[in-house]
Formats: sequence, structure tokens, C-alpha cells
Amino acid sequence: MTWTTLKTDMAAKGYIASDDLAMAIHIALTLERPLLVEGAAGVGKTEIAKVLSDLRNCELIRLQCYEGLDASHAIYEWNYQRQLLAIRAAAEDGETGRAVESRIFSEEFLLQRPLLRAIRQNTPPVLLIDEIDRADEEFEAYLLEILSEFQITVPELGTLKAISRPVVILTANGTRDLSDALRRRCIYAHVDYPDPQAELAILQARCPGVETALARQIIAFVQSLRKEELEKPPGVAEMLDFAAALAGLGLNDLTRDPVILQATLATLLKTQLDRASITTEVAQRLAGVAA
Amino acid sequence: MSQVTRFSARDSGPAARVAGFLAHLRAHGLRLGVAETETALRALLVIDACDAEQTRLALKAVCAGCSEDAERFDQLFDSYWRNGGRVRQKVVASAPKAAPKHTRTSREQSGSSVDGRGEIDSPDSGNERGEANNDGDGKLVASQVQNLMKKDLRELVSPQDIAAAELVARRLGLAFRDHRSRRRKAASKGDQIDFRRVVRKSLATGGEPLSLPRRRRPARPVRLVTLCDVSGSMTVYARVFLSFLAGLLRADTTSDAWLFHTRLVRISDALRDPDPLRALNRLTLLADGFGGGSKIGAALDQFSKSAAKKYVNGRTVVVILSDGYDTDPPALMASALQRIKKRGCKVIWLNPLKGWKDYAPVAAGMAAALPFLDLFAAANTLADLSALETKVARL
Repeated sequence: MTWTTLKTDMAAKGYIASDDLAMAIHIALTLERPLLVEGAAGVGKTEIAKVLSDLRNCELIRLQCYEGLDASHAIYEWNYQRQLLAIRAAAEDGETGRAVESRIFSEEFLLQRPLLRAIRQNTPPVLLIDEIDRADEEFEAYLLEILSEFQITVPELGTLKAISRPVVILTANGTRDLSDALRRRCIYAHVDYPDPQAELAILQARCPGVETALARQIIAFVQSLRKEELEKPPGVAEMLDFAAALAGLGLNDLTRDPVILQATLATLLKTQLDRASITTEVAQRLAGVAA
Repeated sequence: MSQVTRFSARDSGPAARVAGFLAHLRAHGLRLGVAETETALRALLVIDACDAEQTRLALKAVCAGCSEDAERFDQLFDSYWRNGGRVRQKVVASAPKAAPKHTRTSREQSGSSVDGRGEIDSPDSGNERGEANNDGDGKLVASQVQNLMKKDLRELVSPQDIAAAELVARRLGLAFRDHRSRRRKAASKGDQIDFRRVVRKSLATGGEPLSLPRRRRPARPVRLVTLCDVSGSMTVYARVFLSFLAGLLRADTTSDAWLFHTRLVRISDALRDPDPLRALNRLTLLADGFGGGSKIGAALDQFSKSAAKKYVNGRTVVVILSDGYDTDPPALMASALQRIKKRGCKVIWLNPLKGWKDYAPVAAGMAAALPFLDLFAAANTLADLSALETKVARL
């Protein structure tokens, strides 16, 4: 598979990737390296993993990172309840301590969390480690071992090697700076807001029901909205919501009804300040330019 | 100029060229190791390496590590492969003054000749012929000099100054930073056992406390954001302030610094460069227009509307180093400060003039700013700055 076929395959699944991104994914897949995707919120970073798992027809295992995420939530944990039950049951049966011990520290009593689950699959899954920059630095260090060796050491059990190598996709949007060590292990792609043509293609792929004339207006409107001084510029996901809202309301020209336009802006602008700064006049001016 | 760089006949093949390209990237500040060279070569095997566009995309994915790298990559790629700038002098020995940007080694400093390594538009070329106003003896520059357009900041700040300032900054940073919360929060490496959670968790294991959750008083670090005025009237103090900034950024990795004269420039990354001399070079490039007019209002306004959103929050101290002589209307400064203040931060204004006898903040800009300041103090010398320690601890 070359990177252009990958790009067209992804497009067929409704994901329009830029050249940079398609190439980065292609290299990450062929070299079996993790892919680190950075970019503003709402440009479709998480979507990459979904499309890839769809494309490869495999499972998507997702690990959402957050502050305080630790090994027992991300890698593995012993099933204490079952172990205790097993100990009590064994005591009644008169089983010896040593036999019980070896039994309760077997894989049967191990709860697999996303990272362990991802490397113990028969068919390689897509492992999405979402918003890695929200996790602590300690966790990042854990991750380094797993991403380079693809094995996990459980002290009581020994080292669990990967049965198959998952396709690893990490996303980040700059909550904190990632370590150089992690960056160096990954293939890197920066996803930007798409240019008008690409965004139009995305809209047409995702919402085929929207008329071309309206679609063009929507794209031009959203693109010019991003140039305004906003706290949170609308992402691609917001644009799709906006289009769906307009289509749902049966509007086919942005400039026609200022009231509806103003109401549907709720799908694009998510803070009070942004709402206040895009007044009816501003919205009409942008829509007028777009038309 | 041909589209493609011509390599010499002695060149030992594509692999060596790719290795050379990575060395070229390294020289421009991208952090790449030997493993990346291997990855780059392997990546080229899985694509059609004869296609320049594909090669560019592939190498970009492998070599770029962050968005800044990715932005600069195309230019660096062109300069190496597309003859955009000459890179390796041993290949085309006669190419007239074209050299990699930002390449500066300590060899130049010690005087050994590295021909062609100089830089046309950087202050590195200071000891070349034709540069008139460069005495290079580290003297303080007189304030009569109206506009030092491309002033070499190395003249103003020496590495020794930075070392001294680093000490002051570190102490000051500590004074700001020891803000531990009173409450305890769950933490994996806490100093106390969290008994409530121990008991709660033990229920799941039949009353046996198997895991011992801990908690501690979380640190609430205060982040320093410094805005330094380098307009004409501030030139005499630039030495102190810039070395202070350099020290501050080295001592405290979370702090952030900006320069303004007629526009606003972020200098944190430049000043954090591991090599202090190179840091100053990069700073000089950024501070183009140093010693020009002062638009404090406009600069603060721009800061409050853009960068403040990212860098300023309730646990931030914004330090403004300026004399308050502004050419913008005072209302602009007041509204900008108000907007900054609204983000919940503390604002400290350090004015070198305040150290003077009988100084009163009568300049319109300064008067407008006063209501928004948490601390208005003097700062002429490093000693003044270190004396701040006790004052800021009380904020």
C-alpha cells in the first residue's frame, strides 16, 4: 500500500487527510512506529484512530489520559476481589498455601487495562492514547518502555510480550510540553485547520445531504470566522454540527435569515465572550462575504 | 541556480547525504539522534524516494518533533536539497556567502577561522570588516544613541551577568513559588496515608486494606510572565533587565518572557537556548528595532488579547519592566491592564525611575496604570531586584 492509496482509502471512509498527515500515517504503519498527532482542538485527531481501525477492520482500544492516570488504570491490575474469594474458598477445601498462591497470581486473576489489552490481541488493534499531555510525566515514562519494547513486566508473573504489535496513535494539544524522549520515538504529524477545498471535501463526505451552494457558503463562513479574534476558534467537528443544524432547519442560503444564523452559531461558538463578539452585524458581514 | 543541490563526486552516496541532511537539521536546532537517521533511511525505503515531494513529506514526518519544527522543515529541506542555501562548504567550495542560519559554534568565539560559517544578517558577523559601530568591549551603551536598530545584545549582556542574575532569579522564583495548598489531595506519592480512601477501598477486598492511597499538599506553583520594555528610554537599563530575564528563564522552566518596543516579541525560547552566547544571538535577531519608540499600551493590549489567554491565569505573576513613558494614549494601557488583571493574576510593575529621588508617577501612562498594580517598585540594579524577594513573598 502506498501513501496515496492510503489517502484515498481514508477519504472513502470519510476522512480527508492532508498530504503531511497521510504520509506520516503511512510511515508509522509501515515502520510500525507510534504516531504522535498534534493540533488544535477539533481538527480530527481522534478521528484518525477511528478511521484507521475501520480501515484495517480491527478493534480500537482507547486510553483517555487524565491527570493522575496511573499504571493500575492504564496497564493492569490484580483482581483483588476474586483473589480474596479464591483464598477463602481454598481455605475451606484445604488447599495448600503455595498452590493457592501460584493460582491467584496467574493471568486468570489479572485485569487487563487498555495498554496490556492492546498488546495481547491476536489481530493487531489500533491503540489510541488520547490527550497524552494531560497525563503526568511519570506515566509518559511508563509509556516509553511499552512503546519501544512492546512488553509489560508484571512482577508476580514475569514479562508479558506482545502477541501482535498494535498501531499506536497518540494525540496531544499542548496542555503541557511532551518529553523529547517520547517525541523522538514517534513519527510526528501536525494537523492544522483544513484549507477551504479540503474542508469542503470533508463536509461533502460527512454530510452528503447539504447542497453544494450552501456547503460553499458554510465553509467560507467558518473559515472567515476562524480569522476573527476568538477564544476558541471553531474546529471541523463544530463546522459539521453547524452544517447539520442549518440543513436540519431547512435553510439553503446563509444570508437569508439573520435570526436563524445567529441561533445556529451556538454550534460554532462555545464561550460567552465569543458569542458576544460575533454580533448579528458581524455574522451578517461574514455571511455576506461568504455568499 | 539549479533546482537541485549538486553534491560532489566524492560524496559517498544517498545514505551519507541523508545523514548529512540530519546533521544539517541538527545544526538548526532540531533535536535528532542517530536513531532518527536510521528511521529516516528506513522511511525512504518504503516510499518512492525519487519523488522529491514524497521524500519531503516522509522526512518531515520522521524528523519534525513539534509544530515549530514542522513549520521550519520545508525551508530547511529546500536549503539542503534544493540549493536554497549552501550547506556543506566542502562540496561547493566557491559558493559566495551562503551559510546555514543560526549556526554558531564556540570556535568562532575563540578566533579560529571557520570560513563561510558566518552569517550575513546576524550579529555573528560582528568582527567582520565593514561593521562600523561595534566596539565589542562590553561597555554600557549611552542613551544618546537614538536607535540601535541591529544592536548586538552581547555587548550589553555578558555570560557572567547571566550567571549572577540566575542566582537572583532563582531566589526570587522561590519566593514566588512556595505556595503550597493547605488542603491535602490524593497523590500517588503523598506523605500521608489517606485513611478515608483506605477504608473505602478495603470494602472491595473484604475489609483487607490492600492498597494504601496517599495524599499530600499539592504545590501551587506561581508562574512568572515578564514583559520587558526595551524602547529607547530604557536602553540604559537593558543590561540589567535582559540578564535578569536570561537568569530567570534558566532558573525557572515555567516562566515566560516577552520584549516590547514598538511591537511585542516572545523571547522565552531564545533565552532558554542551552548555550548562553547563542541565546543572546537569537535574542538579537528577535529584538530587531531595539531601542526604538515605546508603544507600551499597544504592546500590553496585544499581549492581553492574545498571549495572555495562554500564559496568564490566577496563579501567574505578571512583571512589567518599564519606565512608563508611553506614546500611546493612557486609556489603551489602562484597558489592557484591566483585561490582564481580570484573568486573576498579580501585576507587578518595576520602574527604574522609581529609584530616583523625588520620583512621582506623573507620566500619563504610569498614572493610568497605577490602580491596576499589586506592587509598584524600583528596579535599577540586580541588587534592587533581589531585594524584591521579601516584598513579593507578601503578595
